[in-house]
Amino acid sequence: MNWSYLDTGIVVVAAVSATSCALIGSFLVLRRMSMMGDAISHAVLPGIAAAFLITLSRDTAVILVGAALAGVLTAAFTQLIHQAGNVDRGAAMGVVFTTMFAVGLILIVRSADSVHIDVHAVFYGSVELAPLNEVLVAGARIPRALLILGAVFLADLAFVLLLYKELNLTSFDAEFARAIGFNSRLIHYALMVMVAVTIVAAFESVGSILVIAMLIVPGVVASLFTRRLWSLLVAGQAVALICALGGHLTAITVPRWFGLSDTSTAGMMTVVAGAVVAVALVAAPERGLAARALHRVRVALAVGREDLLVELMRVEERAGRPPRRRELVREEPSRIAGRSTRFDRTAALLVERLRGHVRRAGAGYRLSAAGRTLAARLLRSHRLWESYLFAEGDTAAGEVHFAAHQLEHVTSAGMRADLARGAGATDPHGRPIPGASDAEHADRPARPPDGS
Amino acid sequence: MSYLPPWEQVVRVLLLSDFNTRVVVVGVALLGMASGIVGTFTLLRKRALVSDAVSHATLPGIAAAWLVMVALGGTGKWFPGLLIGAAAGGLTAVGTVLTLRSVLRLHEDAALGIVLSVSFGIGIALLGLIQQMRRGSAAGLDSFIYGKTASMLTADALLIAVISLLLVVTAVLLFKEFHLLCFDAPYAATQGFPVALLDVLMLGLVVAVTVIGLQAVGLILIVALLITPAAAARFWTHDLRVMTVLAALIGAAGGFIGAGLSALVPRLPAGAVIVVTTSAGFAISVLFGTRRGLLRLLIERRRADRRIRREHLLRAVFEHLESRFDVTPGVQELAAGTVHREQLARHRGWTRAELAAALRAGLRGGWLHRPTDSREEFRLTAGGAQQALQVVRNHRLWELYLIRYADVATSRVDRGADRIEHVLGPALVAELEAQLDRQRDRAAVAESPHALALPPAPLAAGPGNPAGSP
Repeated sequence: MNWSYLDTGIVVVAAVSATSCALIGSFLVLRRMSMMGDAISHAVLPGIAAAFLITLSRDTAVILVGAALAGVLTAAFTQLIHQAGNVDRGAAMGVVFTTMFAVGLILIVRSADSVHIDVHAVFYGSVELAPLNEVLVAGARIPRALLILGAVFLADLAFVLLLYKELNLTSFDAEFARAIGFNSRLIHYALMVMVAVTIVAAFESVGSILVIAMLIVPGVVASLFTRRLWSLLVAGQAVALICALGGHLTAITVPRWFGLSDTSTAGMMTVVAGAVVAVALVAAPERGLAARALHRVRVALAVGREDLLVELMRVEERAGRPPRRRELVREEPSRIAGRSTRFDRTAALLVERLRGHVRRAGAGYRLSAAGRTLAARLLRSHRLWESYLFAEGDTAAGEVHFAAHQLEHVTSAGMRADLARGAGATDPHGRPIPGASDAEHADRPARPPDGS
Repeated sequence: MSYLPPWEQVVRVLLLSDFNTRVVVVGVALLGMASGIVGTFTLLRKRALVSDAVSHATLPGIAAAWLVMVALGGTGKWFPGLLIGAAAGGLTAVGTVLTLRSVLRLHEDAALGIVLSVSFGIGIALLGLIQQMRRGSAAGLDSFIYGKTASMLTADALLIAVISLLLVVTAVLLFKEFHLLCFDAPYAATQGFPVALLDVLMLGLVVAVTVIGLQAVGLILIVALLITPAAAARFWTHDLRVMTVLAALIGAAGGFIGAGLSALVPRLPAGAVIVVTTSAGFAISVLFGTRRGLLRLLIERRRADRRIRREHLLRAVFEHLESRFDVTPGVQELAAGTVHREQLARHRGWTRAELAAALRAGLRGGWLHRPTDSREEFRLTAGGAQQALQVVRNHRLWELYLIRYADVATSRVDRGADRIEHVLGPALVAELEAQLDRQRDRAAVAESPHALALPPAPLAAGPGNPAGSP
């Protein structure tokens, strides 16, 4: 890999455009309007074309004005069709942006009298070439794209900082914001103007593909990790930087492995963005796949351990002898933790033995004193619930076991005390309910569970 | 721009006498028909923008198919092979969107946005690689982005036509299932329909339309064919059957006219013309649609305004005359009393122009006339007096009802009644009358229109009638 001054330029330009898009695009994600980025990015075409045809100048300011107008028009038309026609908002958006894009295409193709103008060549830049087009600012040569995008980034930043409270409120709870007197519609259209300006500025210097991804991906990834607006925006910036750097690095390295030269940096930035999304979906706390799987395993193990202790006590009660391994390790349906398998039970037995709640007794197993208290507590919960459900809940005696089997895992001492008030000494099946004295006092065990 | 095709050429295109034009135009029209039908279902299932993600995701599919075909020693030009790649890309996108939504619980819009942008980016990156490769011929791959109807081969157009027909037949065969899925998916599930399978099937149809539409209109604008005809049809009808047929017709017309136009006029991008034609159909539907069209809404609004203005004027005349009598006036008394424009102007918060318009409407409608030569004095006709009695009666019944049953404060009741009286149907009025009469233990009040027209005094004199006292 040969890193040159040009590569630094590409990454810087890509980073500035990505962070601008991320900053403003996070609000689209929060407002469940992610597709608006795609819509506006297509719909600005007639605005750009009209601005160009009217003024015959490719001046950035002119093009931005045209684009901003087109962006507002898109939002307004979408709203009109959505409300007047009771058409789904997404569909309304689809009608508007495809029409505007088509009109833009026709405008461009028809107005080029003798030469065929390639849309991409005229209005869409490429991030690889952006650093080459330099302008003189106060004696220093600065890439033109950097100048424009820097200005747009600062404008976006100012917009977000100035309207932070308003954007926050209207993004998370538009109804409430309206109720306390914020003009959510004005803020909505102001946001659409900023989105359109940002999109076009980025288009002109770095191309379109990058823009749509950078509007959405940082916001989505960040929202998996945090629920506070400012940290979401900061995290979004980090994601945008990762995509910019990672995108260019992979664009100039990966194709070499196959004997080819570089591919599109913008394309690879979106590929990296996709990878970041995939990683975030797996690794995010709470909502990530890994966290959810871990949570499921922990619940399953906890439920399995508790079920094992109760089972031990039941078999002792029924057979009057320590139960064998095969009586404990068997499959059983559980609504809380899914089906508990033989594997879960084996794991539960191992953990409970390590914790000193269960010991070997000849060919079988028995409960230690601490284990016995825990088991009695669970069995007490179970049978209190059975009594309650039978007496109060109008549940048939044959049915109460299944409900009580779930509830026993989530019953606190206070609930047991309440339930005990209406219960007798036995459950609906005639089996004794373990007394409070056997079951409750070990909440804070006086000595470590080394047994007696 | 001023170039107009010679008349013979127009006729030739319209009559489809040129074989290639005929195949292309008919193919695109069939495509429009298929996408109109499929689009109806996705629109009602609120999945319209799925087509956007699907169409963008065909690009990496096409690029990958090209790479595979070149790796196998071909040129990468084989059209059906590219379409298979596009379909694979589209199906992957559908699967990813559904997974992101249901398993990973992302919001639909975010899931669509991510799939769209990332897969398009992958496509661009792959195209970047393909363009450097010496083997195969990469030319024309990016024509999928914007479409190239004009250069469509006869065989391609035939393929499009055949697949479109198959899609139409499939959609018609599954009409009942999709109907149920669109309007009540949970109910469909309880009836034993495989909802998930049907959803996937529906999105599979979207993928199919997108894939065959790529060549004709390009991947950005195929979205329009899948959304616009269906959205347009929605402005005309409630009935799914009618809506489906209409969407099919609008799509077919858009395809036919668009492809025909671009065959006639040079340098007119076919995809864009097809989309703009379809959008014109949409605009017409928005304006003139019989169900929710703007024109219809406007007419209804005006009609309601006119009725309300008429009722306000009648009540104003009545209340003004009433103040001259001790008892509530009947038709004869009303028709005999003259009111002056100024008196009416003071009666309600009317502007001069509003009052003038109301009076003009009254004269034209035949329930007011000018008894003297003065342009300022008015009198109710017999018919107008009848109507005035009816309107005032409704109003006062409502006031009474609001006070008695809805717990509205007496001082505010007039405003409430003012608004509601205009929306009362005769059946509701009769029911209210009956209820109030029963309450008051009064026997039939209904002997004469006079007595019937007026609830007894408490209200008329009460504070509930502030508008009555200028």
